[in-house]
Amino acid sequence: MQPIATLEHAPAEKLVVRAISKRFEVSRRTVHALDNVTLKIREGEFVCLVGPSGCGKSTLLNLIAGLERPDTGEVLADLKPVIGPGSDRMMMFQESALFPWLDVMGNVLFGLKLKPNLSRKERREIAQFYLKLVGLENFVHANIHELSGGMKQRVALARALAPNPKVLLMDEPFAALDAMTREQLYGDLQEIWARRKKTILFVTHNVREAVCLGDRVILFSPYPGRIQEQFEIDLPRPRDINSVELARFATQITRALKQYLKPDLQEVAE
Amino acid sequence: MKAWLAPVLFFGLLLGVWQILAATGFWSPIFMPAPLEVARFFVAGVRDRSLLEATGVTLKRLLLGYGAGLLLGLPLGLLTARSIMMEKTLGLLALGLQTLPSVCWAPLALIWFGQTESAMFFIVIMGSVWSILLATDAGVRNVPPIFLRAAQTMGSHGFHSWIHVIAPASLPFVVTGMKQGWAFAWRSLMAAEIYITILTGLGLGSLLHYGREVHAMEQVIGIMLLIIAIGLLTDRLVFSPVERYLHLRWGTGKN
Repeated sequence: MQPIATLEHAPAEKLVVRAISKRFEVSRRTVHALDNVTLKIREGEFVCLVGPSGCGKSTLLNLIAGLERPDTGEVLADLKPVIGPGSDRMMMFQESALFPWLDVMGNVLFGLKLKPNLSRKERREIAQFYLKLVGLENFVHANIHELSGGMKQRVALARALAPNPKVLLMDEPFAALDAMTREQLYGDLQEIWARRKKTILFVTHNVREAVCLGDRVILFSPYPGRIQEQFEIDLPRPRDINSVELARFATQITRALKQYLKPDLQEVAE
Repeated sequence: MKAWLAPVLFFGLLLGVWQILAATGFWSPIFMPAPLEVARFFVAGVRDRSLLEATGVTLKRLLLGYGAGLLLGLPLGLLTARSIMMEKTLGLLALGLQTLPSVCWAPLALIWFGQTESAMFFIVIMGSVWSILLATDAGVRNVPPIFLRAAQTMGSHGFHSWIHVIAPASLPFVVTGMKQGWAFAWRSLMAAEIYITILTGLGLGSLLHYGREVHAMEQVIGIMLLIIAIGLLTDRLVFSPVERYLHLRWGTGKN
């Protein structure tokens, strides 16, 4: 057993990524996905990783989740090396990755069932609580295919939150949604983050989205994936994605982003 | 129109045309008996229990052989899908043996096991196991990798992932394979019962065969109809409900 960390003694650095490099073999070509990336994320911080496709930001998320291993360097979660997936770091994907053989409740229960020391009743209550938090308390027994894209991502969010992870890793979770649904979810996510005191690492290629959500926006450049610049976003919360102040930040970051793009990738920066 | 009306009318019409053709002497009764003759055969067969016993003998063989086919095919299919070594060896063997019509096992079974229940058992297993194995293999290969990744981040790994992710995720394929395996088991058993005479029990295939030998066409046709009825019934009572459930859950199919 480790000692219970009070807020004073809790490590200020929730996640540490130290000098990580990662290469892939893709059809007999080597892709240098990440090159010597170092990053520190404080407890309770909301960090957005922005960059064009192929800059290795999803790879970084997978490494922190423990789904992949770095070639060199290491990832620390609560100052302990990450050697595999763990339910203290929950991941959310672009596709909801909900299980079609389970209903909404079954999906949210999946991670809870892997947590020992919970009774059946407690699991159900926790699942109910998070389904209510994402506004789906009336869809507990719906089948996954009956839900809209936005509802699916809400269930995925409830599923990720239910085992009470300290860290949420979100890989473009709203990219496939329409603008209206997305804006609604920005509000919900900010509220949940503030209420549940999570540390969130959020990958996106949408600069406005990053500015709307993040305390800090980290800019990646591709081939090989490197951190180029970091921006502290000190706008008050909750933030409205359509506000003028937010747009000012977004313009500044987009301009910076464009410098690091190769000409054929310009359109990604919007 | 009521849902049951169309099939009742259709099959009633078929029977009617059959009866009329038989009554007009279109077919010689040597080749084709009248439906009433076949009905009489059924009544007699149920009364002296010979039909019931034959059905029992056949279904017992079928369930044992098919059950063994499932017990072997499902786990082996999981293995060939998840291990390259197994895919290159057992998977290839399964692919080869699946192309072999199951009646081809009959001569071998007869020599190895003699005129015994074991021979029947062997033929039914060989008839069903390969298609079950290959369908399971295909099902497991079609599991989207993201399901496993999502499960892993929630703390699932190893055996838990197999039981709670891979198995249910491949279910639509596996059920199709089980259905196909059932059809193959049925076919191979009928071939075996017609080909091999076994004194420990006369199955439907044997009755069909003897019907021909004594020129009892009402028996031949009657047994054929019975075999069709059993096939339809299992589909309706066992596989259809499962498939309907899967369609409902996955949101596939037309309804």
